[in-house]
Amino acid sequence: MELIEAIILAVLAASTPLLIAATGELVTERSGVLNLGVEGMMIVGAACGFAGAWLTGSIFIGALFGIVAGMLMSLVFALMALGLAVNQVATGLALTILGIGLSGLIGAGFVGERIAPAVHLSIPGLTDIPLIGRVLFGEDAFVYFSLALIISVWWFLYRTRPGLILRACGDNHVSAHALGYPVLRIRTFAVMFGGACAGLAGAYLPLAYTPFFIPGMTAGRGWIALALVVFSSWRPGRLVVGAYLFGAVTILQLHAQGWGVGIPSQFMSALPYLATVIVLVLLSRARTGGSTAPAALGTVFVPDR
Amino acid sequence: MQAHQRMLDPTPNGLHSDESPLLQAIGLTKHYGDFLANDSIDIDIWPKQIHALLGENGAGKSTLVKAIYGLIQPSAGEIRWQGTPIVLSGPSEARSRGIGMVFQHFSLFDNLNVAENVALGLDRTESFKDMSARLEQVSKTYGLPLDPRREVWQLSVGERQRIEIVRALMQDPKFLILDEPTAVLTPQEADQLFIVLERLKAEGRAILYISHKLAEVKRLCDTATILRGGKKVETCNPRLETAASLARMMVGSEIKEVKAAAADRKTTVPRLVVNDLSLTPSEAHGVRLEHISFELKGGEILGIAGVAGNGQDELFAALSGERLSQDPGTVVIEGIAAGHLSITQRRKLGAAFVPEERLGHGTVPRMKLSENALLTGHAASGMVHHGFIDTAATLETVDRATETFDVRKAKRDPEAASLSGGNLQKFIVGREILRNPAVLVVCQPTWGVDAGAAAVIRQALLDLATAGAAVLVTSQDLDELAEIADRIAVMFHGRLSAPLATSEATREKLGLLMGGSRLEPKEAAHAVGT
Repeated sequence: MELIEAIILAVLAASTPLLIAATGELVTERSGVLNLGVEGMMIVGAACGFAGAWLTGSIFIGALFGIVAGMLMSLVFALMALGLAVNQVATGLALTILGIGLSGLIGAGFVGERIAPAVHLSIPGLTDIPLIGRVLFGEDAFVYFSLALIISVWWFLYRTRPGLILRACGDNHVSAHALGYPVLRIRTFAVMFGGACAGLAGAYLPLAYTPFFIPGMTAGRGWIALALVVFSSWRPGRLVVGAYLFGAVTILQLHAQGWGVGIPSQFMSALPYLATVIVLVLLSRARTGGSTAPAALGTVFVPDR
Repeated sequence: MQAHQRMLDPTPNGLHSDESPLLQAIGLTKHYGDFLANDSIDIDIWPKQIHALLGENGAGKSTLVKAIYGLIQPSAGEIRWQGTPIVLSGPSEARSRGIGMVFQHFSLFDNLNVAENVALGLDRTESFKDMSARLEQVSKTYGLPLDPRREVWQLSVGERQRIEIVRALMQDPKFLILDEPTAVLTPQEADQLFIVLERLKAEGRAILYISHKLAEVKRLCDTATILRGGKKVETCNPRLETAASLARMMVGSEIKEVKAAAADRKTTVPRLVVNDLSLTPSEAHGVRLEHISFELKGGEILGIAGVAGNGQDELFAALSGERLSQDPGTVVIEGIAAGHLSITQRRKLGAAFVPEERLGHGTVPRMKLSENALLTGHAASGMVHHGFIDTAATLETVDRATETFDVRKAKRDPEAASLSGGNLQKFIVGREILRNPAVLVVCQPTWGVDAGAAAVIRQALLDLATAGAAVLVTSQDLDELAEIADRIAVMFHGRLSAPLATSEATREKLGLLMGGSRLEPKEAAHAVGT
C-alpha cells in the first residue's frame, strides 16, 4: 500500500513538468509556430525560478521569476522567427543552446544552495485517507495548476472564439490573414504563452521536484515535451495521457531495476520512450481522417501590406 | 470615339441617373517599390448591377479588390463609400460597412468544420448556436445546401465555394466581390451560381465579378471595367461587345485564334491503350477506379470531362506511374505493357505527364526552373552525363520553353513559385512538349490561366497532336475540350464513359454523364463506333 502510494506520488511529480511544458508548446504549435527552444526556455526558467525563490524565500515569487524568464526567452524567438521571418527550426535550436549557456551563468552562484521546497496541500481528514488521500489532496500547487492549465487550454481551443482563431492561424495563415486576423500578433501571444509554460515547468524542478539547482537539471525534459505534443497529435486530452504515461513508466522502470528484474538496464531506461510512442501511435491510428498536424506548422509567414 | 463616350457615361445603361454610386475608387494607385500594380484607377460600383472586372493575370485586378476590401492600403487615391471618402483599416472594417468578398483561392481552413469556417468570417459576436441556425437559414434561402458539421477537407470544390458565398451572405453585404468564382465549377454548378447572383442583384446588392470567361461576363454582367498593366483601359457594357473585342481590350492585341488541327491527321497506330484498369485508392478518401478502358491513337486528342474528385487524379496517377498496377497489361504505352513500370521508365518509352497542381506536383516551388526541368527530363532528355548534371542543357530547356511558349519571368532562371500561374503552366507544358513525347497526359491544362496563355497552351496541344503524338486531356472546362478534343469521355465515380465524338458531345449529354446518368445504349454504341 505504502509503496503504491509512493509510486503514484512520484509519477505525478515526474509528469507535471512535462505536462506544463507540453501544454505551452501545444498552444504555440496550434498557432502554426514550431518552437524547438522548449529545453532552453525550461532551463532558464529553472535557474531564474531558483534564484527568485532563494532571494525572496517565496516559492510563488520563484515560480513567477521562472514564468517571466521563459516568456523573455520566447520573445527572443518571436522577434527572430516571427518579426524577422527567420527559419523556425534553426531559431528554436539556437534558443536551446542559448538557454543552456545562460542558465549556467545565472545559476552559477546558486549551485549548492538549498531552499525549502513547495509545500504540499494538507486537508485534515481528506489527506489522511489511505492510498488516495495524499494522491488527491496532498499534492503541491504545481500539480493542481498543471491540470487546471490543460483543461483551460482545451476549453480555450475548442470552446472560445479566440481559440478558434488561433487554430485557424495554425491551419492556414494566408486565409486567416485574408479574413483580417493579425496572424503575427496572435502567434506572438501563442509563443509567449509557450514560453511562460516552459519557464514554469523549468522552475518546478528546483522549486518542488528537488529543492536545489544544478546546471542542466532539465535533462532533456524539454525535448520529451516537444515529442509528446507531436505524438499526442496536438490534442490536449492525449497530451495528458502521454505525459502521465511517460512519467509512470519512468518511475516504474526505476523500481523494477531496484527489484532486480533480469532485463538490461539500458532497455529499461528506454522503456518510457518506447511505451509512450507505442501508446500514442495506437491512439492516433483511431483518428477519423484529415490532417492531424496544424497545416501551417513551422512555415514562415510574411503578410503583404 | 464611341468607346470614349461610354467611358464618360457615369450611369451605365442609363439606370441610376438619380442615385449615387455605392462605391467609388478615384485615382486609386498602389505601388510595390518601383512596380505600379494599380495606376490611378477609377471605378464606380452601382447597386443592382453586376460589374465585371476583366484583365489578364498581373493586370492589377487582385490589387484593386484587395484595396477595396481593406487588405492593402492604397498608395494614393481615395475610396468613397456611399459618397463619403473612407479609409479602410482592414477587412473587418470593410465587412462592417457591407463589403463582402469571395476569394479565388478560398480562404478556408481544411481542418475546421463548415460552421467554424463561417464563424471565422463573421465579426459579430453572436453565439455559435445562433450563428449555426442563421447559417442553415441563409443556405436554405439561397439554395446553397451545406452541412455545418463536416470538415472542409471532405468537401468538393463546389461545396467549398458555397461556404465562401454563404459566409459572405451572412453579413448581409451591400456589395459583394467575387474573384473568379467559376474557375473551378462544372457548367451546372456555374449555372446555379448565376441564379444566386441574379437573385442578389435583384435584392439591390452590387456585385463585382472577376472572371476570365468572357462568355460568362457577357451573359451575366451589366458593366465591365477592363484593366491592363495596372491601368484602366475602358469601362463598357459587355453585352454590346463581342468576346473577341473584350479579349482585345484585355490583351492589347488580337488573341491568336486556336487553329483546329487538320481533319485527316489521324494515324492508325495506338500509342496509349488502357485495358480494364481497376485500382483501389491509396488514400483513405480516394476514388476506386473501375474497369477503365480506352485506346488513344497517334494524332488524336481524347478529352476526359467530369466533376473534380471522380477519379481523375487516380487515373493520372495510374497512367503516369505514380501508382503501379499489378497487371502490366493494363497500361500500354507505344505497344509495351507499362502498368508495372515507374515514371522514369514510362518517360523513356516516350510518355510525358503534366499534373493538375502546378506548384508542389508539377514543379517544386522553391527550386529554379532549370532544376524543375531536370526533374522530368533527367532520364530521356540528355541532361545528365555519367551521373553529372549538364547545367547548360537544363538552362537551354528553360530558354527554349521561354521562347517557344512566351513564358514571362523576371530573370533567366527564377524559382518556380515566383512565376504567375499562367506563365508557370506555359513553362510546365512547354517543358514536356519540348521532349517531343509520343504520349502526353495532361490534367487541367488551363486551370486559372489567363486567356492569352490558355490559347498558347491549347494551340501547343493541338500542334503536338498534329505532329503525331497521342494527347490525353483531363479538364473541367467543357469549352476547352470542345475546342481541342477529337473525342470526349466522362469520368464519374471512378468509371469512364464510352467516348463521344466531339461533334456529338453536346453540353446536355456531357452534363448528364457528369451527373452519373447513362446515355441510351444505342447512342453509346454509336459513340464507340466513331
